[in-house]
Amino acid sequence: MSITIENLSKQFGDHKALDDINLEVNSGELLALLGPSGCGKTTLLRIIGGMEVANSGRLLFHGEDVEQRDARERNVGFVFQHYALFRHMTVFENVAFGIRVKPRKQRPSEAEIKRRVHELLNLVQLDWLHDRYPAQLSGGQRQRIALARALAVEPKILLLDEPFGALDARVRKELRRWLRRLHDELHITSVFVTHDQEEALEVADRVVVMNKGRIEQAGTPDEVYAAPSTPFVYQFIGNVNLFHSRDHAPWSEQHGDAVAYVRPHDIDIGATPQDGNALPVEVKLVRAIGSVVRVEVAVDASSEFIEIELSRERFDAAPLASGDKVFIRPRQFRVFESGEQHELSAA
Amino acid sequence: MMSGHSIQRRISTRESNSVTLLLIGVALAYLVLFLGLPLFAVFYEAFSKGWALYWASLQEPDAWSAIKLTLIVAAIAVPANLVFGIAAAWAIAKFEFKGKSLLITLIDLPFAVSPVVSGLVYVLLFGAQGWFGPWLQAHDIKLIFAVPGIVLTTVFVTFPFVARELIPLMQAQGKEEEEAAVSLGASGWQAFWRVTLPNIKWGLLYGVILCNARAMGEFGAVSVVSGHIRGMTNTMPLHVEILYNEYNFVAAFAVASLLALLALVTLLVKSLVEWQAKRSGEPLQHGA
Repeated sequence: MSITIENLSKQFGDHKALDDINLEVNSGELLALLGPSGCGKTTLLRIIGGMEVANSGRLLFHGEDVEQRDARERNVGFVFQHYALFRHMTVFENVAFGIRVKPRKQRPSEAEIKRRVHELLNLVQLDWLHDRYPAQLSGGQRQRIALARALAVEPKILLLDEPFGALDARVRKELRRWLRRLHDELHITSVFVTHDQEEALEVADRVVVMNKGRIEQAGTPDEVYAAPSTPFVYQFIGNVNLFHSRDHAPWSEQHGDAVAYVRPHDIDIGATPQDGNALPVEVKLVRAIGSVVRVEVAVDASSEFIEIELSRERFDAAPLASGDKVFIRPRQFRVFESGEQHELSAA
Repeated sequence: MMSGHSIQRRISTRESNSVTLLLIGVALAYLVLFLGLPLFAVFYEAFSKGWALYWASLQEPDAWSAIKLTLIVAAIAVPANLVFGIAAAWAIAKFEFKGKSLLITLIDLPFAVSPVVSGLVYVLLFGAQGWFGPWLQAHDIKLIFAVPGIVLTTVFVTFPFVARELIPLMQAQGKEEEEAAVSLGASGWQAFWRVTLPNIKWGLLYGVILCNARAMGEFGAVSVVSGHIRGMTNTMPLHVEILYNEYNFVAAFAVASLLALLALVTLLVKSLVEWQAKRSGEPLQHGA
């Protein structure tokens, strides 16, 4: 089921949480809402789920206006950041809840409920925990039970609010892959909120980058990483070096007061200036981090460090040491007028 | 070095035997003197002239009527404040609205003012010379110096118990579980009965026990509005005072022993509730 959002705005007092949002979520797609905290991504998710009401704009599921429908009538599965499992119920009863609260006529028999709950628990690979209470589970297990519970009502749309936010790094990575596989099996239209760019790029079919209640860019993980459309996206996703036109005129071309954005791995290092665009720098620091070598260089003592990433092979072909005088030139960069530049708020 | 360290630790966390004994002794003496002895005295005086007289003083019509009135008052006040307490705690803990802090202050008001003042307020409002006095008289409704007045003041005085117990508990639990329930298709009532209520049941029971104890034991406020009409508007605490002032010590202590017994039963039930709550893994305060 597709989701269409048109001119959606939401205000909390004086704070504009969402400002004229337009978004289309395709049927069966796994979409990530990515942005720093306070950018409005969770508010947008809660509006889709029916837990908040927008001040203006339209929300359609499969072309049908759902604003007047409250949360229980939207057939949306919601997975909360802190799981929100019912603490007084066993895992089994948690998953069965959505089936048990159905009107008597639609409620299946006890045997059927049992079969379906065990099927769901098997899907999340936790059937052996069916008689435990939430307090007795680990964070990763709770999250999977929360997912099974949301799936029990056979939702057409699945919404996940920072699904892995409260878990430690290793479990997070594992669950990420698991969620991706699960989505490929079930094909439910899913939207998840995250502030972790790696998570969004790894798991989602499409990433929507948000900032200050607006959508900065929507695209495939590759698009938002390789071709950011705004300075904010450039800075929020991956590392980037900034070159002001005042200091590095040739790189930012002629646009007056402008800034060139260059990714660390898009910079070449050479012993000689091959053309007028090359910048003479001094190597300040060389660090090998796993498969890449990170080199920090500076134009002169007072300027900021420029970060460059080289693959091991390239580094080994032309080794560097701190103190070396070299020339750098960008292979790829993007120029934004200073007026367009957005501030990068803390994530 | 190591041994020096461990000796220091012992010194800082342990006292010598004599100090330990002294501290425990002081605490026990305090307990016996201010709690144990009075309780013992109540039962000792009540039974001082024998079991038969004790029994007779409880069966005396005025005493029996006081017992009945106390039970009636509690039977009205406790359910009323149960419903109110849940509603208030639910609103305060789960929703944001203007005037919330004012509401919290108002709930605390009965704790803050002297019970005598609480009683007096009702006399000023509904008494013969009060604001609504003439209107009530014209319609032949009697509140003050009658049972309805006693119920009203008791409700007022026991107002905060349930709400106060539930607000921090419900605030700690947040509203995510209710939101989850609704997103799973539950109606508001289903979310309340299946999620909210089970989550607060121990805290609620605890609040009800305290509320009941106070409803039965309230003296000051009830004393102002009751008029002390024997066999009509006397509750147990008031009846104890009247009997005592008449030097009828056995009867006074006999009725008092019932109140003391109530306190003991309350404590017992409270311990049972706490024990049960702990055993079921659901703490009274703060959710998992």
